[in-house]
Amino acid sequence: MSLLQVNEVTHSYGSRKFFNWKDRSKKILSNISLSIDEGTCLGLLGTSGAGKSTLGKVILGLERPQNGQVLFQGHDIYSSDKHIRQKIRRDLQAVFQDSYSSVNPRMTAERIIAEPLENYEKLTLAEQKRTVIELLERVGLSEEDLKKHPHQFSGGQLQRINIARAISLKPKLIVLDEAVSSLDMVNQTLILELLKELKADFGLSFLFITHDINAAYTISDRLGVLDKGELAELYDEKNQFFTSKHPVVNEMRDSILAGHPRFRSVRRA
Amino acid sequence: MSMLVREQSNVLQVRDLHVQVNSKNGAATLVQDINFELKRGKVLGLVGESGCGKTITSMSILQLLDQKTTKIGGSIELLGHELNGLSEKEMRKIRGKDIAFIMQNPMNAFTPVFTIGHQFIETIRSHTKWNKKQATELAIEALCQVNLPNPDKLLKYYPFQLSGGMLQRVMIAIAACLHPAVIIADEPTTALDVNNQKKVLYHLDKIRSEHGSAILLISHDLGVIAEMADEVAVMQNGRIVEKADVFQLFDKPQHEYTKKLLNARSVLPLDESFIHLA
Repeated sequence: MSLLQVNEVTHSYGSRKFFNWKDRSKKILSNISLSIDEGTCLGLLGTSGAGKSTLGKVILGLERPQNGQVLFQGHDIYSSDKHIRQKIRRDLQAVFQDSYSSVNPRMTAERIIAEPLENYEKLTLAEQKRTVIELLERVGLSEEDLKKHPHQFSGGQLQRINIARAISLKPKLIVLDEAVSSLDMVNQTLILELLKELKADFGLSFLFITHDINAAYTISDRLGVLDKGELAELYDEKNQFFTSKHPVVNEMRDSILAGHPRFRSVRRA
Repeated sequence: MSMLVREQSNVLQVRDLHVQVNSKNGAATLVQDINFELKRGKVLGLVGESGCGKTITSMSILQLLDQKTTKIGGSIELLGHELNGLSEKEMRKIRGKDIAFIMQNPMNAFTPVFTIGHQFIETIRSHTKWNKKQATELAIEALCQVNLPNPDKLLKYYPFQLSGGMLQRVMIAIAACLHPAVIIADEPTTALDVNNQKKVLYHLDKIRSEHGSAILLISHDLGVIAEMADEVAVMQNGRIVEKADVFQLFDKPQHEYTKKLLNARSVLPLDESFIHLA
């Protein structure tokens, strides 16, 4: 059984117009089915507006889809049983693109990371502090950073804190929605390395949502391509992306920059 | 001024640029010993990770830093005219006309309460003596140049009605329409998805080749630099640590930090064979 199973999910947002506010004609997701196995990473590629983030929200339990269901370890995440939902919430964590707006600016790093622990674990204060320090060290920060506030960190460091918070409860699946997109190249590589290590150490699974083909390729085991709300392609072997004949994939591949001036195609004489 | 552009190859010359900021805890140096020149029709790439002083450098060229708290030392010469220390009134005549600025986030660069046309025509008219009709015609022509469909309709839209990629092309059109001597593009594609990235770079290069503008291209993405630049300056902690021809930099990086940046790129395994296919 897969860790996460998305079955025929369809979703649309209502029109903003006053007189036909019940009109749900704009389809954001149509008939999406996919699954993620334990310990694997699915990379989800798509241009802006393809519905990537909406799918992420649906999977996280933040946006109830109009049709279809999302099963986490066989349980419906929109189930009416509160205990099941609470259990799922623990095993399903998220990291978003904007690291600054994902944290409370008034909290210290210690409190940010400890918040999920306070909610789920019954730890003494000393134990909690020790766990937080361990987590900080795990993501490449140190004990000195405990008392710092978000504005004292760089974007890359703060994203590490977001990751530390996400792994604090040893979850099964983390949804990473453009988690490295606002970082510079050096930090991107470091965060991707960290995520790979965590995946190996804890047997974590990721849903890695991005428009960055390089990043998705680096971290994923399988790749999916989302286009206008439809799952255009889903590859079990990520290299298939480079041989696919699908027009959307073609366009994406054409837009990859060569990375060396000798092979450049934009610049003319 | 256009005569001078043709005569001189060095359009912009920055010498010993030094920026300090005064804070409660004394003065802190943001960038120092910055030396470079922009040549007509050439692209200088400026790379480095976040916080290394790339944007401070571009802001000091445009004199956009707060004069009360920052001190800019050194010289910034545009076609032989010193910019450092110019009054705000004189700088306003230069910004947008002689030096155009393309910002990272197109969504925040426009005023949300005015239409694209309003902002476009305002920019043109504040630098020329044209009337509204002439300015509108120029705006439409400039939007056609960047391949935007229905430019006359587009002028009536508000910024939120366009996508990021389209807005960035509008910004390039505004930057290009007065044929500036220098274009400073600060992370022009970072906020865009890959499909739009190449289009925006393509239009930027078209302006360079057609009008001979010199471009200062700031980016942390070496892929973008590889596509566009003639010469590359690598910045670290507020200093330029290496400056070289783009081919030399990619083939034989000298400085440790440059090597680190080059290694940071995640390499697609099919990179080269794939490029030969395409």
